[in-house]
Amino acid sequence: MSRSDVVKVLEVADRRHSSRRDGAVRRWFRSTEPAAIIFAVPVVLCFVYFSWGPIVRGLLLSFQRTNLVQAPQWVGLDNLSYVLSDPLLPKAALNTAWFALLALVIGFPVPIFLAVFMNEMRRTGWLYSALAYLPAVLPPVAAILLWKFFYDPGAGGIFNTLLGFVGLGPFPWLNSTAMAMPAIVLEATWAGAGATAIIYLAALGSVQTELYEAAEIDRAGIWRKVWHITIPQLRNIILVMMLLQLIGTFQLFAEPFLFTGGGPDNATLTIMLMIYQYAFVNGDFGAAAALSLILALFLCVLSGVYQLVTRRWSD
Amino acid sequence: MTTNIARPRAASPAARRGGKKREEQNERGLLSDSDRGRPTVRVVLICMQIIVLGGLVLGGIGPIVWAAKSAVSTSNDILSAPLSWWPSGIHFGNLAEAWTRVRIGKALGNTVAVAVGSTLTSLFVSITAAYVLSILQPRWGKILSGMVLATLFLPGVITLVPLYQTVLKLPLLNISLLNSFWALWLPAGANAFNVLITKRFFDGIPKSFIEAARIDGAGPIRVLWSVMLPLSRPIIGVMALLSLIGAFKDYLWPLLVIPNPDKQPISVALPRLSQSAELSINLAAVFLTIAIPVVLFLIFQRQFLRGVAMTGGVKG
Repeated sequence: MSRSDVVKVLEVADRRHSSRRDGAVRRWFRSTEPAAIIFAVPVVLCFVYFSWGPIVRGLLLSFQRTNLVQAPQWVGLDNLSYVLSDPLLPKAALNTAWFALLALVIGFPVPIFLAVFMNEMRRTGWLYSALAYLPAVLPPVAAILLWKFFYDPGAGGIFNTLLGFVGLGPFPWLNSTAMAMPAIVLEATWAGAGATAIIYLAALGSVQTELYEAAEIDRAGIWRKVWHITIPQLRNIILVMMLLQLIGTFQLFAEPFLFTGGGPDNATLTIMLMIYQYAFVNGDFGAAAALSLILALFLCVLSGVYQLVTRRWSD
Repeated sequence: MTTNIARPRAASPAARRGGKKREEQNERGLLSDSDRGRPTVRVVLICMQIIVLGGLVLGGIGPIVWAAKSAVSTSNDILSAPLSWWPSGIHFGNLAEAWTRVRIGKALGNTVAVAVGSTLTSLFVSITAAYVLSILQPRWGKILSGMVLATLFLPGVITLVPLYQTVLKLPLLNISLLNSFWALWLPAGANAFNVLITKRFFDGIPKSFIEAARIDGAGPIRVLWSVMLPLSRPIIGVMALLSLIGAFKDYLWPLLVIPNPDKQPISVALPRLSQSAELSINLAAVFLTIAIPVVLFLIFQRQFLRGVAMTGGVKG
């Protein structure tokens, strides 16, 4: 027997042994079913009260009318039809989609570029990643309040002063219906890009670098190496991150709420803001639940379709 | 983004393996040594380095420095000369006033209380759950883990309103958690993502440890306490870090369930202040709020970045 055969036999024996051992442990714990029940109590209670329960309750609530004092009343599809006929809904849906699209166009390529670049910086890479992650460390609410000040529409606002140095502006930023949404997306990108770049950076560690050598023998330039080797090897994580970003942006609340409260002239009114207003301004919990249900269903369909469409490219 | 969004599954083990290999062999990246030697590449690379580094410094440090500067300026200076250094002197009194008079210190204390409580609940629930799902493996374990995992795929928005109702009046118990930290602590336990990463972590612990403890006559509680817990230190660290970040970040939920200003965490107190306090005090409060996480980050930078990369790989 050669050496490698011996190793193989040992490995098999070890695996068999350990699987028998696993079996023994499992058998022992079969007799510990009562202990398992006790240990499962916290998770079951927590999820019943704060996850499964609310999900079921939300479904029911979409078909009820309640004012939190009297017993809820069944109203069938009234909530849904009320929400769907709200004249603000198309506006909010378009705004939300516009936000998601802008965030994708502005915010998506930035972290990929940053990660690929940081990965090339051998000695100073840590400095880049620390700097890039810094905005993600700031509490979002504090960051939003700061940026709100930066976006001051007067000539003395920070951005207007800075742009004034190169002869641009002053811009109205959050006060203009056209610029408010891109301004919010810009802040959200600034806040999120670093953290996303760190995730891509970790993924870049698994790119097979032998392929770069192969490409160089074929005289591929740097740009072609990025496009044909780096990006394709990252595509799984890129696809997942893109979906998560979409789902995240559709549920964004603090940014539009604190920056503009939905204004000016409803230019930044999103679906999440509508849900908030239904429930906690108008006190119409049924309508809020119905709109949440519609948004959640839409997101489920979105991720289902997304996975179907992208299945061909991944794996 | 919302607090607990699942992150990609693809890269984790391979990424970490690859990362380790890179450190050992100083492996090449995208650019080959001959690429780096070419003058055009070198010039472009240096230019890009300057641009990217400049951008990162401006975007990463700029706002913090500006907040620090404005925190000790007069309101008048902030408005009339936002980009110059203290035309009318430095006013450290702003910080003291923000800390005591508008009670930023209290709000920060509340945030810490929220973070500590949420971390403890989350750890307690996910460790016991992971112990059941990964080690004890009862027959109904599959159903339980399936039901926990299913919640990961539902968008968080669907539970916002009914969760508020639940907290307003807990079913069966008829207690209201409004204005109590429990309204933030308890829902933190129902976090499928934390259960999942803890279970994965427990799955990786060799069964021989448990067998050894069992031969020594340890029962299930003893195994959890003396074998699993000491081994779980890394995952406990990551989860504590994530909870702390989450407590600083969460806005909508504490806004809804803690209307009492004395109990509000900093994320809710800050926007409320911005409507009443004068500008200089306001920016002093903003600066105090960002100072703590920034200092923590600078101290624990490696753990932060590793935690983000790791959970980024494991999530989902």
